[in-house]
Amino acid sequence: MQRGRGWRASANAAILLAVAGCGGGRGQTAPPVTLRFWAFGREGEVVEALVPDFERAHPGINVRVEQIPFTAAHEKLLTSVVGRAAPDIAQLGNTWVPELVALRALVPLDSLLARSRAIARSDYFDGIWDTNIIDGATWGVPWYVDTRVIFYRSDILASAGFPAAPRTWREWREALTRVRARAGGHRYGILLPINEWAQPVILGLASGAPLLRDDDTYGDFSEPRFRAAFAFYTGLFRDSLAAPVSNVQIANLYQSFGNGEFAMFISGPWDVGECLRRLPPSLQGRWTTAPIPAPDPSDTTTPGTSLAGGSSLVVFKGSPHPDSAWAFIEYLSGPAQQSRFYALSGDLPPRQSAWEDSALRTNSYARAFRRQLQFVRATPKIPEWDEITTLLADQAEAAVRGGVPPDSALAVLDREVDRALEKRRWMRGRMHHDTAATS
Amino acid sequence: MSSATMVRGDAGARAARRAAVIFLAPGLVLITLTFLLPSIAALGLSLTDFDIYAVASPGNTRFIWLRNYAELARTPMFWISLRNTLYFVLAGGPISVLVSLAVAVMLDSELVRWRGFFRTVYFAPVVTTLVAVAVVWKYLYDPRYGLLNAGLHAIGLPPVDWLGSTAWAMPSIILMTVWKGFGYNMIIFMAGLQAVPGDLYDAARVDGAGAWQRFWHVTLPTLAPTFLFVSITTMIGFLQLFSEPYVMTQGGPLHATLSIGLYMFTEGFESWHVGMGAAIAFVLFGLTLIGALVQLRLRPKGTEGGA
Amino acid sequence: MTGAVIPSGVPAAVSAGLDERPARRPRWDTGVSWRTVLLHVLLAAIAGVAVAPLAWMVSASFMPAGSATTYPPPLLPHPATWANYRELFSHLDLSRELRNSAIVAGLITASSLLFNSMAGYAFAKFSFPARDRLFRLVLLGLFIPPQVAMLPLFILLRELHLVNSFAGVVLPSMATVFGMFLVRQYVLGIPDELLDAARVDGAGELRIYWSIVLPLCAPVLVTLAVFVFMSAWNDFMWPLVVLTDSAKYTLPVGLANLSREHVQDTELMMAASVVTLLPVLLLFISLQRYYIRGITMGGVKG
Repeated sequence: MQRGRGWRASANAAILLAVAGCGGGRGQTAPPVTLRFWAFGREGEVVEALVPDFERAHPGINVRVEQIPFTAAHEKLLTSVVGRAAPDIAQLGNTWVPELVALRALVPLDSLLARSRAIARSDYFDGIWDTNIIDGATWGVPWYVDTRVIFYRSDILASAGFPAAPRTWREWREALTRVRARAGGHRYGILLPINEWAQPVILGLASGAPLLRDDDTYGDFSEPRFRAAFAFYTGLFRDSLAAPVSNVQIANLYQSFGNGEFAMFISGPWDVGECLRRLPPSLQGRWTTAPIPAPDPSDTTTPGTSLAGGSSLVVFKGSPHPDSAWAFIEYLSGPAQQSRFYALSGDLPPRQSAWEDSALRTNSYARAFRRQLQFVRATPKIPEWDEITTLLADQAEAAVRGGVPPDSALAVLDREVDRALEKRRWMRGRMHHDTAATS
Repeated sequence: MSSATMVRGDAGARAARRAAVIFLAPGLVLITLTFLLPSIAALGLSLTDFDIYAVASPGNTRFIWLRNYAELARTPMFWISLRNTLYFVLAGGPISVLVSLAVAVMLDSELVRWRGFFRTVYFAPVVTTLVAVAVVWKYLYDPRYGLLNAGLHAIGLPPVDWLGSTAWAMPSIILMTVWKGFGYNMIIFMAGLQAVPGDLYDAARVDGAGAWQRFWHVTLPTLAPTFLFVSITTMIGFLQLFSEPYVMTQGGPLHATLSIGLYMFTEGFESWHVGMGAAIAFVLFGLTLIGALVQLRLRPKGTEGGA
Repeated sequence: MTGAVIPSGVPAAVSAGLDERPARRPRWDTGVSWRTVLLHVLLAAIAGVAVAPLAWMVSASFMPAGSATTYPPPLLPHPATWANYRELFSHLDLSRELRNSAIVAGLITASSLLFNSMAGYAFAKFSFPARDRLFRLVLLGLFIPPQVAMLPLFILLRELHLVNSFAGVVLPSMATVFGMFLVRQYVLGIPDELLDAARVDGAGELRIYWSIVLPLCAPVLVTLAVFVFMSAWNDFMWPLVVLTDSAKYTLPVGLANLSREHVQDTELMMAASVVTLLPVLLLFISLQRYYIRGITMGGVKG
């Protein structure tokens, strides 16, 4: 009797809690289907404007956009997936797709895509689309794209004898050398923040380096193509062509760029808007963008390969309404919505037809991006890639600033990367073992 | 220690035991379920490579003995977080305790009027929500529009990039923590000061001791047990540094404010290297134990009598 | 999962009862008036430092958008406006977060009062084998940082499907070592004769607990309630981990989120901070006697 009462008290409390935990609905008149859509930062704010049209066209579906701060997005996403509390749809940085695939959190979209009339794969930039394909299945639809190109001061380059952007690495180095010779002191040719991984990786991608080998289970940074790219990279610092600073030492990128502290930097689409906004009017028209130069000195027509970045839209496996979720993704992927989204956010659309219809066609700064997007490649599509970029940045910094010979830095990097991929190798081994055992 | 003095037979003792179980069970079951067992499980987890692959399929877990700890020992980021945490504890802790003591001694003076008012005001920051005041201080620290730099400017000092420079970020966090927390230990010190017997002061006065000597030779020794308690609890709290850097700096700039607590959070809940995260949490536990033991060992003679 | 505010129960000879000051004790040399003045100037200066950030927060929360980030930084709003508060409650759903915080802190307070008082009473007044050893074992829990249990606890909640629910936030705080300790210390002071007399009269154990022990414990229960409510209201790390849906965020989690999204909106963020702080500050000011007693009791000889 007494015992029973104690238990009942806690049972009551538990029921109370469960009820409280489920609260938060908006009443009985809510439409039958509510989709939870997670979008990050600015995109989350902007996409709200696109929702009403969709809800009008689909009276049974209500979309609730949840805005997650970009810096907390990765943690929130993974926590919700591990905690079995994922939303229906989310925006996903396309380098995060592999992690969520490893967690078996996503719905494969191939059969839906095969039936879809709204989404035509051929209209998308190839390299971008490919970032969503893992183990032969498609897990996401590109929402917006980004890649890295060169931002440069056309006036400074012109006075150094380069009226157009350099097209090959040889020209690139020559241009930087001349800029440096004319400027001197604390003025450099290019800014490559020494603690960032993206710049050496872009050079590696441009030279066709595989980065990893044996089915992405070992590092392959000592391979000749990456070694050549890395030598080019470290050489820019050795010869004082690149500013020897990390990104926290740049108090104000735009001010330094405007002052001519460097004539060039590598960045993504967001910096077009920033440069237009933050550079003084006197400097407008004196800077522009260009694709990444190619390593092959004889090839002056194709740019060097760059990063395939951007965000994809994905459907979570736990979603009770995958069909409605897909309908929303199809809606957001329509060329009309993509143009609208570009107008609202400035994010570049992944569909080439959307580039034709929008203000992008006449935007001179976007031209380099459009060209570059034909030549982009995904970084290795494994969950460990993020960790590897940290290791890479460390070794790049050691080679540039720590006096470590480039080739030894790469040897260390390979060893570190091999360690980081140990689990992957073990799982591969086990899988082969299992398939061998069952067959 | 007063204990139950029920003079009853075997049946009575049995009834008492049964009642004890009923009363203890809900609380102890909850603590066991949400704290004790998870803590033990964490020890086990820290010996595995549990990660997102294991979340997807538990079979992808391996028992790897102490490899997580060995891996930590060769990870620069871990040493950075350890250094930062020790900086925060060893610099911030003593400053915080000394400020509390100084203010408590001042407030304890019989010259003070409106003691209750001052006590309430000093204590107010303690009860505030850490996240909210961290947000407030972030703006106070703003290099351009923050009040702190405006104050420095007013007295002719150059501006400081409080949270933006690697040298100042941790001192800035310490400053805010001391502001927020000093009232707490102040209360405990005030209680301790009341326990100092008045006749000791009389004796010291008769011996011709000045105010400072009386403080040094009478007040401080009597406060020793309080001091020990305060420094251990402060250390335990400071070791867990998390919310301040999470809200104000996200561990930056250049990891200058990455604490062990934040590192554990990023490894565990961001990268979902659960085994590694658990290992980091245990390092934190180990530091707590070592710190407490060292302080107990270092305590002045006679302290144990009070405890 | 509480913050650093909760004191550990490390025994130390600190006596409680701050409010009753003993009769005069000889202290610093008295009678020199410049000393008194200097002391009060110092105390007032410290009070200024303690209050300034909060005062500026309140002031900035009434400033029109953008005016806090002008140079030199203004101290007072000009003109004062409620616009930031209106924005918070109309667009940013702060009322929802306020409600969530109240629910979570309320549930934690209610349940921890019940479970901690039961256990604290048992530890103080029932004799059973190894009672004190068990209690000391429980006290050791105060040395384990809450972070240690977090990852396994999260995985447990995942299995129970309690991630992203209030239940998941509340569960680990329903019973706490500190709470049991606090109640036990107080109950030790209740004379055994009182309880034995009730037993002789035939009262059951639950009845004794409910109608004798609890009423006698009222002061310490208020202390515990204030303590628990405040740390639940202020708690950050655990709700941050468990609550993934913004509709369920508590104020601190929502505020941390907002502060990353609205970095440049100083005035708005200050208004949100005011809303977050106001309930605990008011609670403290009205019940500070109990709160402060809790702190000193944490250090009482065990």
